[in-house]
Amino acid sequence: MNPLLELHDLTKAFFGVAAVKGVSLHVNAGETLGLIGQNGAGKSTLMNLVGGVVHPDSGRLLLKGNPYNPRTPADAQRSGIAFIHQELNLFTNLTIAENIFISDFPRGGFPGTFNRAKIKQQTRELLNAVGLDIAPETPLDRISPGERQLVEIARALHQDAALIIFDEPTTSLTARETERLFTIMEQLTAQGKGIIYISHILGDVRKLADRIAVMRDGELVALETADSFPISRMISLMVGRSIEQLYPPRTSAPTDKSLLEVTGVRAAGIVENISFHLKAGEVLGLFGLMGSGRTELARMIFGLDPFDSGSILVEGESLRKPSPRASIRSKIAFVTENRREEGLLMSIDIANNISLVSLPEFANNLIQMVDQRQMQEAAQETATILQLKSGDIRQQPVKALSGGNQQKVVIAKWLLSRPSIFIMDEPTRGIDVGAKYEIYSIIDQLAADGSGVLIISSELEELTGMCDRILVMSQGEVVGEFDRAAFNRERILSAAFREHNPEQPVSG
Amino acid sequence: MPKRRFNLFQFLLNNSTIVLFIAVFVLFGLTSPRLVIEGIGLEFPRFWLPENMLNIIKQAAVFAGIIGVGMTFVLLTAGIDLSVGSNMYLSVVCAGLLMRSSGLEIIPALLVSIVVGTLFGAFNALCIVRLKIIPFMTTLATLVIGRGLGTALTESRQIDFPERMNAFGQTLVLGFIPMPIVVFGLVVLAAWFILTRTPFGRQVYAVGNDIEAAKKAGINTDRTLVLVYIISGFCAGLAGFILASQLGGRVDRSFGETREFDAIAAAVLGGTSLFGGVGNVFGTVIGALLIQMVGTGLQFNLVNLYLQPLVRALIIFLAIFFDSLREANLQKLKRRFIRPVESSGTTVTQPARME
Repeated sequence: MNPLLELHDLTKAFFGVAAVKGVSLHVNAGETLGLIGQNGAGKSTLMNLVGGVVHPDSGRLLLKGNPYNPRTPADAQRSGIAFIHQELNLFTNLTIAENIFISDFPRGGFPGTFNRAKIKQQTRELLNAVGLDIAPETPLDRISPGERQLVEIARALHQDAALIIFDEPTTSLTARETERLFTIMEQLTAQGKGIIYISHILGDVRKLADRIAVMRDGELVALETADSFPISRMISLMVGRSIEQLYPPRTSAPTDKSLLEVTGVRAAGIVENISFHLKAGEVLGLFGLMGSGRTELARMIFGLDPFDSGSILVEGESLRKPSPRASIRSKIAFVTENRREEGLLMSIDIANNISLVSLPEFANNLIQMVDQRQMQEAAQETATILQLKSGDIRQQPVKALSGGNQQKVVIAKWLLSRPSIFIMDEPTRGIDVGAKYEIYSIIDQLAADGSGVLIISSELEELTGMCDRILVMSQGEVVGEFDRAAFNRERILSAAFREHNPEQPVSG
Repeated sequence: MPKRRFNLFQFLLNNSTIVLFIAVFVLFGLTSPRLVIEGIGLEFPRFWLPENMLNIIKQAAVFAGIIGVGMTFVLLTAGIDLSVGSNMYLSVVCAGLLMRSSGLEIIPALLVSIVVGTLFGAFNALCIVRLKIIPFMTTLATLVIGRGLGTALTESRQIDFPERMNAFGQTLVLGFIPMPIVVFGLVVLAAWFILTRTPFGRQVYAVGNDIEAAKKAGINTDRTLVLVYIISGFCAGLAGFILASQLGGRVDRSFGETREFDAIAAAVLGGTSLFGGVGNVFGTVIGALLIQMVGTGLQFNLVNLYLQPLVRALIIFLAIFFDSLREANLQKLKRRFIRPVESSGTTVTQPARME
C-alpha cells in the first residue's frame, strides 16, 4: 500500500535563499509524524508546500500514490489535507455550524438557500466526535480558544481530511484543553488519518508521534522512531552543536544603585499593593501564571496604563505625567509580549525598525530631517552587536526574518536609545533553542553593562537560569520573593498557585 | 446601586441608534405644530400624523434606504462604494434619454436604469478584484467618471422625463401605500434573505471578518467581492429611477450628489461596522429612517434650511461617537479578563467514541 503522502526531493527558495533543500519523507495513514526544528529551519515552508500556500521549485508530491500539485489552499483542502494553524482560520462573527460549512453549504429547499436543519444536525454529530457539547448555532466569539480549536478539527473531519497538519496547536490552550486535543488526535490516527504535528514542546511531540523528523537549515537531518529518540539528541540535532547548558553563565552581580522603585502601586481590580525595586546590573524575574497581572504591571510601569495610587520612581525621580514618551525619556525600554502586533512594523525594513525609538537623535538639524546614512550606520552597528542574521537591513522587511531575529530587532530598537531599565515581557516566546541562548546572552550583557533587566516569563526554568532574584505574582499581588541562592522550582510554583479561593474576585 | 446604573448605561450604549430614534421621534412630535381635531377639542402633533410618517418612510427609501442596503453589503466586506450617487445619476440619465428619444415605456426604462447601474457596479468590481485597486480609490474615481459621463451625455442640461414618469412616481399600491415604500420593502426583504439564508450571504460576513481565512477556507473571495459591488450598483440604478420619479421626472446635473454619504451614514447608524463583518439590513432601515426623520422634523419646526445639514451631521457624529464609546467599553471589559479563558455556560464532555 502506498504511503498517504510522499515528498520527493522537495526544494523551495525565496529570493535566492533556500528555505527547503531536497527534503524527502513520507507519512503513512494512521501515523503521527512529529516535525521539529528551530524557527527558520524550514518547517513552515515545507508545510506550506503541502498545503498549497507556496509552490515547489523542484521535486514532487504524491498523495496516495498519485501526483499531487495543489495550486491554492482550497485545492489542498479538496484533496483531503487540512491545515490547523496556530492562529485559527475561523470567523468570529458566524456560528459554529456556519464556520464548519462556510465553503460548502448543503442546498436547502428554497432555491439559493442552504439547509439549516441539515447543517445543525451534522454539526452536532461532528462536535460530538470531538467531544464538544455546545449548540451548533452558538456564535464563535462566545467560546474559548481551546473550543475553537476543536471546532476547527470538526471542520477538518467534515471535509473528510485524510491528513491533518497541526502547527503549534497548544500555545493558547489550557492544560485540560491540551489533554483533550491529544486524546482526539489519538482517535484520529486510530481511524486511519495521518497527522503531522509541529511543536516546540518536545515532550509532547515525543509522546504523540510515531516518528519524528528533525529539520535544520531547510534540510531533513534526522527521521527516527519516537520511542528511541531522546530529547537531548533532538535538541542537539536541531541546534547542530551540542548544548551543554541552556543558559549562559552570569558575568555580573547586582550593584547597590537602585534604578526603579515601585511602592504600593494599586489599580482597582488589576493590581494591589505592589512594591519592589530593581538595581543596576540586576536581572529580576517576574513569575506568575497567566492572568496574575504581570503584563498589566509592566504596562503601568511603562506608562501605558494608569494606576490609582502608589508611586513609581525611576532613579529616585517620579514621572509627573506617566506616558510611554516620558518613560522612554527616563530611559525605560519595554520589549512587549507580542512582537508582531506591538513591537514591530512588520512590512518596514529592519533599519527603520531599529531606529524607530531614537529617530529624533538622527534628525538633529534645523528642519528635523532624518540623516539616513547616520541612522542606517547606527542600526547596522547595533544589528552587528546582536548578531542579527539578515540580508541588507535597509531593504529586508522585518516579516522576512525568523522569530528569534525579529526579537533581536526589537531589542536592537531599544538598545539604540541606551536605556538603563529593560522590561521584557516573554522575551523568548516562540523562539527556537539556539536563538533563546543568544537572547539570554544579550540579557546578561545588558546587566553587565549596568542596566537593570526585568524579565516577565511563564517559563520558570528560564527565570531560574537567568535571574538574580525572582518575584512571584498571583491575582495581582506580589506573593513571594526568592534570591538566587533560594531558588527552588517547587516553592516558586506553589507561591504562584497561592490563593486560588473563589471568594476573592480578581476582576471588578 | 452602582451596578444597576452601569447596566443602564451599557443598555443605552448598546442601543444608541434606537434610543436616538425614539428621542428624535418624541422630540419632533412634541415641538411640531398641532392639528386640532374639531368636535372633541383634542390636539394632535402634525409630525405624528400617519401621512407624515408614510412620507418620511417614502423619502427615507429613495434618498438613503435603497442605496443604504446596497452599501451594507459592501461595508460588510470591509469595502466602500463612494460612487453610488454618480451611479444613480448616470443610470437614470441613460433611461431618461431612451425614454425621450425612442418613447420607451416605464418598465423597460426602469430595467435600463437597473442594468446600467449593475454594469457600473460590475466595473467597480473589475477594478477592485482584477486590477487590485483599493475600493476607496476605485469608487472615488468612478464617482467622477459616472458624473462626467452623465454630464457629457446630457450636455449638462436638465432632463425632463415624459409625464408618465411622474404618474409612475405617484402610484399607490393597494390604494394607499406609496410605490417607493413597497420597492424599499422588497429590497430589504430580499437583502435580509440573501444575507442570512444563502451561502453567499454568510460568505459575505466571513470575507468581512477575515479575508485571508476566507481564502484558506476555500471561499471564492473574488466572486463574493464582485457580487457585493454589483448588488450596490443594482441598488443605485433602481434607487436612481425611483428617486427621479419622485422629483416629478426632472433630473438635473446635481441629481444624486452626496447620496453616498447618506447611504454610508444610514448603514453605520444602523450598526454596520466600517471594518467589515458586522451589521444587518434592518439596522440600515432604522438608520435611513432616522436621517430622514431629522430632515423632515427640522422642516416642521421651520428651522433655517441652511442649518439642516449641520443638525444631520450632528446626529451622525453622535451615532459614531456612541459606537466608539461602545468599542472602548468593550476593550476595557476585555482588559479585565486576565485569567485563563474558560468559556462559561458550556459543559465539556469526554470525546465520544468514533466508529
